[in-house]
Amino acid sequence: MISRRDFLQVSMAASAMVGASGFGNWSRLAAQQALTQDQLLDFDTFGNVTLIHVTDIHAQLKPIYFREPEINLGVGDNKGKVPHITGADFRKLYGVEDGSPSAYAMTYNDFTALGKEYGKVGGLDRVATVVNSIRADRPDALLLDGGDTWHGSYTCYQTEGQDMVNVMNGLKPDAMTFHWEFTLGQDRVNEIVENLPFAALGQNIFDAEWDEPAELFKAYEMFERGGVKIAVVGQAFPYMPIANPRWMFPDYSFGIRDENMQAAVDEARAEGAELVVCLSHNGFDVDKKMATRVKGIDVILSGHTHDALPEPVLVGETIIIASGSNGKFVSRVDLDVRDGRMMGFRTKLIPIFSDVIEPDKEMAALIDEQRAPYKAELEEVIGTTDDLLYRRGNFNGTWDDLICDALISERDADIAMSPGVRWGPSLLPGDPITREDIWNVCSMSYGEAYRSEMTGEFIHVILEDVADNLFNPDPYYQQGGDMVRIGGMGYRIDINKPQGERISDMTLLKTGEKIDPAKNYVVAGWASVNEGTEGPQIWDVIESHIKKQGTVKLDPNNSVEVVQD
Amino acid sequence: MDISRRDTLALGAGAVALTVLPLHASAAGVDEMINTFTGGAAVADGGVDLDAPEIAENGNTVPISVSAEGASAILVMAAGNPTPDVAEFKFGPLAGSSSASTRIRLAGTQDVIAIAKLADGSFGKAQKTVKVTIGGCGG
Repeated sequence: MISRRDFLQVSMAASAMVGASGFGNWSRLAAQQALTQDQLLDFDTFGNVTLIHVTDIHAQLKPIYFREPEINLGVGDNKGKVPHITGADFRKLYGVEDGSPSAYAMTYNDFTALGKEYGKVGGLDRVATVVNSIRADRPDALLLDGGDTWHGSYTCYQTEGQDMVNVMNGLKPDAMTFHWEFTLGQDRVNEIVENLPFAALGQNIFDAEWDEPAELFKAYEMFERGGVKIAVVGQAFPYMPIANPRWMFPDYSFGIRDENMQAAVDEARAEGAELVVCLSHNGFDVDKKMATRVKGIDVILSGHTHDALPEPVLVGETIIIASGSNGKFVSRVDLDVRDGRMMGFRTKLIPIFSDVIEPDKEMAALIDEQRAPYKAELEEVIGTTDDLLYRRGNFNGTWDDLICDALISERDADIAMSPGVRWGPSLLPGDPITREDIWNVCSMSYGEAYRSEMTGEFIHVILEDVADNLFNPDPYYQQGGDMVRIGGMGYRIDINKPQGERISDMTLLKTGEKIDPAKNYVVAGWASVNEGTEGPQIWDVIESHIKKQGTVKLDPNNSVEVVQD
Repeated sequence: MDISRRDTLALGAGAVALTVLPLHASAAGVDEMINTFTGGAAVADGGVDLDAPEIAENGNTVPISVSAEGASAILVMAAGNPTPDVAEFKFGPLAGSSSASTRIRLAGTQDVIAIAKLADGSFGKAQKTVKVTIGGCGG
């Protein structure tokens, strides 16, 4: 008799051989210049349950460019493991041909050239076409949204998330979990969630005062699909009050809460769940660790760290699916659930090539309706870029270099700090920079650009603190962002050292002098988590800087020396 | 944007207020407290559950809970605080369960330690690192 574990591995191996994860075909198609919607959507329907996963859309309603990271280092047990494999190593691992559509979708190399060839990605009208097509195959497929949906654009800011709520309601998800949504403020979150026509989930969303589960958010929701009882357990981002301003949602507490997760899984199983799906905003490495500690989860739909993986990662008997960000991908997960257990799976990470996938007309109209009142403001061209502008990666991206330049020059500072968030689309060389593009990389409810004096010692403390949130060898002590971006100062980082010893050789770039621990420096930054931060909004600072530049040209940034071995 | 340096320095004052560094235990103080509690008896790992967050949402009020079946007393210490002594919970024979919850203040990243005096008179220990961080930058 074949054990379940054997079966999962066989199924996985079979997938790889027959290309069930969608690989092997695209590169040939590229050579033929014949990438079609049918080929992107092609899927041999499998088993009796289908899950559709979208996550970390960050309010990107329209197609965008999004360059995947060049540097995404893993530490501890995750060193050299996916998702900490990029570029050529990634293509080799998954058998992706250089220059192919999947190379463009999932790796960073030749981004400008491939971007011009294959065009923009995403757009929720295209996502709707994909979702509808999967529902045509399997009408009772579950659509699950991993959160970071009501944040990240001009219109989302102006409407306090209403544009995204309206458009997502049009997609008809079955459940959702949360992170940046809470930066709308708890009153607004409560108002939206009370009227949400689908389940708002988070086993780890607690009432801060009583340290009990918050009433508004259920731990899990039961569904019956394809004759299978399915429990979807929500896991919100565990470190919201730390990574984002606690004062904006003081009544809520989060945390990983493994034991409560186990209790929710056990309760759902006792209620008859034959399949347990965790809709997670933990981040990939945290999900991997959680899968070793919580028993009985069949599938983790992973969000937060914005990784796009073409095949599931297997931890014990749990499969983990990572579906990218910014509307660039949709994951389809077909499962064979029989006799109360998951017997096999077939998955596909579907890249949303916006020039290939036909927009859904109804959804396109709904999106345009949200944007219509702001059309003139969105489309105003502020400047042009000569360089590729992107953010993703553990250290500075060119968007961040531009933002740090803006902070230093507009705010008359020695050093600039920009948060290491992972959202924010890219622009190709030659592209105009519109107001919408600027907001896409900085829109938030606490965007005030502060200006402050800090000692060299304190700057070192900040860098060490953020570095430990990224490179602590235990994922449960990580927060999932990238390293704080620094302008005007260089440093050396040894990622494998303990906190307090990673950062050295801090140098003020304008003088070439070593940073003096006792001396004060003027530091400009934005996105402080402290209440009462004052200053102009970051988008106004950036806009003013770009207007003066006219055409953005950036110097190569070699100011961070990374030691990783 | 026309701003003077003097004007804007004041604006940023609230931006970053908290200084945190990993704190290391004043080993002598902690060992002494454990010795006083156990009367010098050996302490084994386990036998007591300690629930604390991996990263504190607010270092000034960190929720923790301890439990140990049948224990008559549980000592809780914050090894890196200037005064590591947090609490000693005592449970009488009529106590429904030997468990307790409280909120503690942590001066920085450090280990929280719980030692329980178990029903058979032996001692068990649990320990967990709680990180206190400046925060920000979450993805």
